[in-house]
Amino acid sequence: MLGTGIIKGLATTAKNFVGSFHDPERMTTVEYPEQQIPLGEHYRNFPFLVSETAEDPMGTLRCVACQICEKECPPQCIYIVKSKDKKPDATGKQQLYPVIFDIDTSVCMSCGICAEVCPFDSIKMDKVFEIATTNRYTGLLLDREQLAKSNAYYNEIRPAEAAEVDGRLAVAREAAEQKAKAAAAAKAAAAPATPSPASAPSASAPQPSPAAS
Amino acid sequence: MSAVVASESFLERAPLQLRDAVVAYFPEALQWLVHHLITITVILTVFGLFFAFTTIAERKLLGRLQNRLGPNRTGLPFFKNLRLFGLTQPFADAVKALTKEDIVPANADKLLHFLAPVVVVSFSLLGFAVLPYGRNLIPVELDAAVLYFFAAGAATELAIFMAGWASRNKYSLLAAMRALAQLISYELPLLLSVVPVIIVTSTLSTQDIVLAQGGWLFGFLPQWHVFTPWGLAGFLIFLVAALAETNRSPFDLPEAESELIAGHLTEYSGFKYALFFMAEYFGLTALCGLGITLFLGGWQAPFPFLEFIPSYLWFGMKLVAMIMFFIWLRGTLLRLRIDQLTRLAWQFMVPLALINLGNAGFWILTTDWSGPMQILRWGVSIALIVVPFFFIGRRLSLGRGPRTYSYATS
Amino acid sequence: MTLALILIACVMLGSAAVAVTLRNLIHSALLLVFTWASIGAFYLWAGAQFIAFAQILIYVGAVSMIVLFAMLLTRQGQGTELPIGSASIMRALSALLAGGGVAGVLIGAILGSPLDVATSAPAAISVKQLGEQLMGPHAAALLVVGIILTVALIGAVLLAAVDPKEQPEDIT
Repeated sequence: MLGTGIIKGLATTAKNFVGSFHDPERMTTVEYPEQQIPLGEHYRNFPFLVSETAEDPMGTLRCVACQICEKECPPQCIYIVKSKDKKPDATGKQQLYPVIFDIDTSVCMSCGICAEVCPFDSIKMDKVFEIATTNRYTGLLLDREQLAKSNAYYNEIRPAEAAEVDGRLAVAREAAEQKAKAAAAAKAAAAPATPSPASAPSASAPQPSPAAS
Repeated sequence: MSAVVASESFLERAPLQLRDAVVAYFPEALQWLVHHLITITVILTVFGLFFAFTTIAERKLLGRLQNRLGPNRTGLPFFKNLRLFGLTQPFADAVKALTKEDIVPANADKLLHFLAPVVVVSFSLLGFAVLPYGRNLIPVELDAAVLYFFAAGAATELAIFMAGWASRNKYSLLAAMRALAQLISYELPLLLSVVPVIIVTSTLSTQDIVLAQGGWLFGFLPQWHVFTPWGLAGFLIFLVAALAETNRSPFDLPEAESELIAGHLTEYSGFKYALFFMAEYFGLTALCGLGITLFLGGWQAPFPFLEFIPSYLWFGMKLVAMIMFFIWLRGTLLRLRIDQLTRLAWQFMVPLALINLGNAGFWILTTDWSGPMQILRWGVSIALIVVPFFFIGRRLSLGRGPRTYSYATS
Repeated sequence: MTLALILIACVMLGSAAVAVTLRNLIHSALLLVFTWASIGAFYLWAGAQFIAFAQILIYVGAVSMIVLFAMLLTRQGQGTELPIGSASIMRALSALLAGGGVAGVLIGAILGSPLDVATSAPAAISVKQLGEQLMGPHAAALLVVGIILTVALIGAVLLAAVDPKEQPEDIT
């Protein structure tokens, strides 16, 4: 009969009304700043730079200023200036490092392509979303000091992915050490013959991450 | 105001005595003016605050109906940790509306654009003048109060038209057209649903209509009009038509936000927008008040042993209950399409209201029936409602559902 | 009292005159509504409360809607301003003729009927008295009007009830 649907609907909303007072399971929202819904494993929002230690983030940045991310970034929000000198990277190899590494987060669209293309596992996607500032020019343009976060933090926000990256880097580091040892041994064997063992072949470079997708 | 009966309780007389005490401070020549100014101020204050708390109640209730919490944060300035369940939200909203920039489109009809919110608020307030809020509380006693009420409310849709047309915006204009179509369709059932009450009580005065619903059946049952077959049918028709008249969901077609942005409100901002909002709630409150007066016994208590509570509190409680019911409906029902809206009015409500008119006539003609004839009277009257409802309703929904959706199971 | 009458009359006639001369149709229509409302005010002045409220309810509330609705549905082109062409002179002449004819008939009727000039303000007639008059001596007229209106209403309902061949609902 006409009108029964309306009564059914009213009963449903009445149930919602009563239930919302005693059944927290029903609630579709939480009181945000105090309660937060845990973010998903693959939630991503704005990139950050991974450093090996929290104590000396600038000295242990994994980034080697290769500028692939800068070229790949669709909205062009990354700006990198290479260093003139070199210092050892995560695997102990001598590499360049970024003197300036800026990301304009007002332009960034959090696509994650930078993290996907990085062959050194040095730029990863963050999970920070409370980024409101009072000045959109200085507040949203992040420099390398603001971007750098430790590997421990990376392990915290993305345990599975970080463990995989760490394992890969450990293998690479060991390979490099083995190589260095072998080179040192060869050098000791034929001391005057080869002058420079340091120019290691590309085998010691870390593999491009297959897990980034 | 009607004469104060000495036997009534102190609380019943308190508002009048307070007013008279204040009036007595003024010189003789000014007393009539002060008398009316006090009445106007009280109405504006009470219903202004009622409006404010209706908005927060609506938001909180709608939240609960949808398994949310609703606004609960706004506290007081300087007391950061005092939340008061968010009850100060309407005042924050008012400050926001007042401080917002008032934007008038370059192509708008400036005069009408300005006049529309003024007209809508002033006319929506007029209806409050004739509602009996309590045994002795009625601002203006008019012979033709019910007629006055509808005459006062008539111009609000005109204001919506003015707003929609003056904005020079296609959404606004569509809203104006819809508002007109809606008014033409629903003014008729609204008036037709009220006529039985006037026939039965044979008066147009709101206070007399309330008094006619006094007394107790068997000593304890209220004799409100809603407890008669024709009254119940009239009340339901009145409810639906009132929803449509005040542009409330599910009849909020003029400002259907998913289709028309905000309809006639699209080009309004700041305080003018707030005025429209206010007028909508004033209109709703006034129509609820009229519905209470006509069908729900006005300020009468529902049971004899509850009569110690002052009459104006009963009116207030009924008003709150009615508004809550409207909010409940808003949280439940979906918006109709314009063709469904007019079809409902002309194919369903108008015929039923006409039949109900005949039903009220039958009810009057059979007032002297008693004993078993009384049962027959009720039976015939109920049949006069239920049978047409069943058949017209079946015809209305013929071939229109229940729908089956290929992508969803029931 | 007389001052109030003069004021009401000025507002009424003034708004009517402006409504006729305005080029903007919607403004004219809204001013016409205002004129109707001021006629209601005149009835109130004359002590005819019931007629006044009925006037406002019917004219401001309902007839105005029909006028505006018709205007919105029939308005052609973009502009709301009416053009003044050669045809409008003929129109003006015929309007003058029609208006003059109506005015002549009305004035003739007013002059021809005996008028009681009230020296004192008549007592306001209550709705009850009005109802008794309508139901008593004028019951026949009331019945005829009532039947005509009811027939019109039922006709409207019947027109609305007969659906043209329905398209099947688009959602399946």
